[in-house]
Amino acid sequence: MKKASILMIIGPLFLLGLYVFPLWNIMLGAPQYPDPLGLNIHINGLQGVSEFDIQNIDGLNHYIGMHTLPKVEDMWEFGTFPMVIGIMVGLGVLIGILGFLDKVSYKWFFGWFTLMSIMGILGMYDFNEWLVDYGTNLDPNAIMKLTNPDGTPMTYKPPLLGHVKMLNFDVTSLPASGAWLMFVGMMLTLAAGFLGWKTTKTKK
Amino acid sequence: MKVKHHLILTLGAALMLVSCGQQNQSSNGALSSSAAEKVYVAPGEQDEYYAFLSGGYSGNLTVYGLPSGRMFKEIPVFSQFPTSGYGYSEETIPMLNTSHGFVPWDDLHHPDISQTNGELDGRWIFVNGNNTPRIARVDLSTFETAEIIEVPNSAGNHSSSFITENTEYVVAGTRFAVPVPQRDMSISEYKGNFKGALTFISVDPEHGHMAIKFQLLMPGFNYDLSHPGRGKSHGWFFFTTYNTEEANTLLEVNASQNDKDFIAAINWKKIEEYVNNGGGTKMPANYAHNVYDEHSHTGTSTMKDEVLTVDPTKVPGAVFFLPTPKSPHGCDVDPTGQYIIGNGKLSADLTVHSFDKMIAAIEGGKFDGEAYGIPILKFEDVLAGQVKSGGLGPLHTEFDGKGNAYTTFFISSEVVKWQLGTWEVIDRKPTYYSVGHLMIPGGNSRKPFGKYVVAMNKITKDRYLPTGPEMEHSAQIYDISGDKMELIYDFPTHGEPHYAAGCPAELLAPRSQKIYRLDENRHPYAVTTADGSKVVRDGNEVHVYMSTIRSHFTPDNIEGIKVGDKVYFHITNHEQDFDVPHGFSILGQNTSELLIMPGQTKTSVWEPKQVGVWPFYCTDFCSALHQEMQGYVRVSPANSNVELKWSLGE
Repeated sequence: MKKASILMIIGPLFLLGLYVFPLWNIMLGAPQYPDPLGLNIHINGLQGVSEFDIQNIDGLNHYIGMHTLPKVEDMWEFGTFPMVIGIMVGLGVLIGILGFLDKVSYKWFFGWFTLMSIMGILGMYDFNEWLVDYGTNLDPNAIMKLTNPDGTPMTYKPPLLGHVKMLNFDVTSLPASGAWLMFVGMMLTLAAGFLGWKTTKTKK
Repeated sequence: MKVKHHLILTLGAALMLVSCGQQNQSSNGALSSSAAEKVYVAPGEQDEYYAFLSGGYSGNLTVYGLPSGRMFKEIPVFSQFPTSGYGYSEETIPMLNTSHGFVPWDDLHHPDISQTNGELDGRWIFVNGNNTPRIARVDLSTFETAEIIEVPNSAGNHSSSFITENTEYVVAGTRFAVPVPQRDMSISEYKGNFKGALTFISVDPEHGHMAIKFQLLMPGFNYDLSHPGRGKSHGWFFFTTYNTEEANTLLEVNASQNDKDFIAAINWKKIEEYVNNGGGTKMPANYAHNVYDEHSHTGTSTMKDEVLTVDPTKVPGAVFFLPTPKSPHGCDVDPTGQYIIGNGKLSADLTVHSFDKMIAAIEGGKFDGEAYGIPILKFEDVLAGQVKSGGLGPLHTEFDGKGNAYTTFFISSEVVKWQLGTWEVIDRKPTYYSVGHLMIPGGNSRKPFGKYVVAMNKITKDRYLPTGPEMEHSAQIYDISGDKMELIYDFPTHGEPHYAAGCPAELLAPRSQKIYRLDENRHPYAVTTADGSKVVRDGNEVHVYMSTIRSHFTPDNIEGIKVGDKVYFHITNHEQDFDVPHGFSILGQNTSELLIMPGQTKTSVWEPKQVGVWPFYCTDFCSALHQEMQGYVRVSPANSNVELKWSLGE
């Protein structure tokens, strides 16, 4: 249980990487953008991969009536997510320490993992909702109002995961380093749970 | 009868032989597939070297790629350039200011890239204006003219703009001897009275700013070309001279009488020391110093009123003459600094002087008389060797860093490769036609990149499709990586290239600036925020603070302008995206359009003369809605009281 608890202490700490590294990355390449424009989504705001990418994405998107990318103050998520991550890290480490001191069982480890997974799924759902809004809530006076072959208005929702061809742009959306750190951290807590379960079982 | 037939048969056979010979020749020529492969830079690929070719009478500097011969940019330096508004915009008009007023043109001859320890460092490139003597510094991160300094007491600024091996100085020598200071005197009193000023302009190691350190007032010869010593000869500078006869008329005859003219060897370190210790004479002068600030995007012209002159006879051991046959033109120093090559342009042979022998002769005090108090060394004492070239009219020499030299021959139209030390001719290849300078990237430094040589020719004739009497000049690229030179490409150049400078692409490409930062824009009339646009009237001057972003101007409707107003359009490009300039032009503009780079501010003055509603538009196809990037200015009669107002999207 000591080893499992140490894993449980270390695992949540990986989530601290989210304060530094981006959670998600969307790249937009086009013939006239051989160096693609890129958007890094951090838990506390959006950043261009290159310094002026946000300004340039906004500049291009205004032609098709998309709203500008949200600033920190435009989305409650950028205030809440860092707090949620902070609380979860604190909680996870606390559970680990209590486990180390034999105050709580491995079940708490699974509990933390489950809670974090639910939060993650909710976060993804929320992120996707924003992508839908960003890509479909268009200015009715847009300069270019494009339609699909079936006559419906064209929308520009970037993919949640993977690649989509959007007009002249190739849009690729993938988890970024922060997400991978979170994944590793969560796997460690899951491993902690199993290790705890195993040692408890053999003891019995 | 039989005899006749026999003769015809023989003739026929001979003709066939001749035609076969020609066929063979053409299949081995420049169009062979290996040559094509050598110069072919596939779509999307980039060249190995930058080449900066002087534009001669275009007044500008052109940028090419090697080996493709593709032209990338024309950098305006001494000439107005409506493409960008250089010399027309309020910010750049001061760059062309001189003591003779606004001079919108010059004759640009000799580019030289800045060096550190004798190797190219790629910070700046220096060029000379030949006609109204000026030296310019072009920044190699923006590829724009950053500074121009006028050279007083000089005329025909030809033995310029060559730099010393740590870019301590950029050197400017006068081609024409003139009265110093200039004064009203009889031309026929030239001999003994005119002077030849050699100007040493110091270069600030950090910012590159130029300042005249001293002018050496030499005898009134014509100082034709120059090059710095390097390595062991660092601290010296060498100038070829012609017209040591000091003729003032019919020079083609009268300046060709002496069997030998001179190469002037100048120990500038010694003169620098003399000047630093208070030597020299301050002389009143009047010359312009124009500096462009990259952050205010504005040039400023300052008039200077004094120059420090040095009499060469007052600094013993600093100046010597090396006799050199037949009106030498090119003056080139090999990468080790040991050999000084003077090409007598009326001669078939090249003269090579030895630096070591020169020093020995000076130390031995072995002189062959003097000219105006300057000691003349004995020709035989300084001669390292002569290249019996077999060509005619040698002009310029470059080096490959592998012990070989390459000399152009104007009259016999060829490049001759020869070996330093043995003076043996290794190879010769024709040029098309009448070659002037040649250039090997870094060929004028301690470390040449001896892969290609570019020969720049004066005569084109039949090389390209004819374009009437006037044609661009031609240049040829030779592969010099093997023992024999191989002609691999032929391309037209812009203006009249004289000298050129080249360097590996990786020295400049990574540092080439993509945009100007809007948050570093210090232009006094810049609009740095989207809502900062305004129109301000001050008497009959109206200042329009305008911004651009794809695809509109802010403001795009302006009313309240009157006939007789002087309207300053200050345009700030709000883009921060690579290669998205916007243009600005307005009907009846008496200057030129502006091409404004991202983050930059430029100003165009418009003086409307007619009542009406006049359009302005973006001249650069900036975006899908470029055609919509337009606006109107309402111009009312001079005495009207239409309210000044401006708007966008109302």
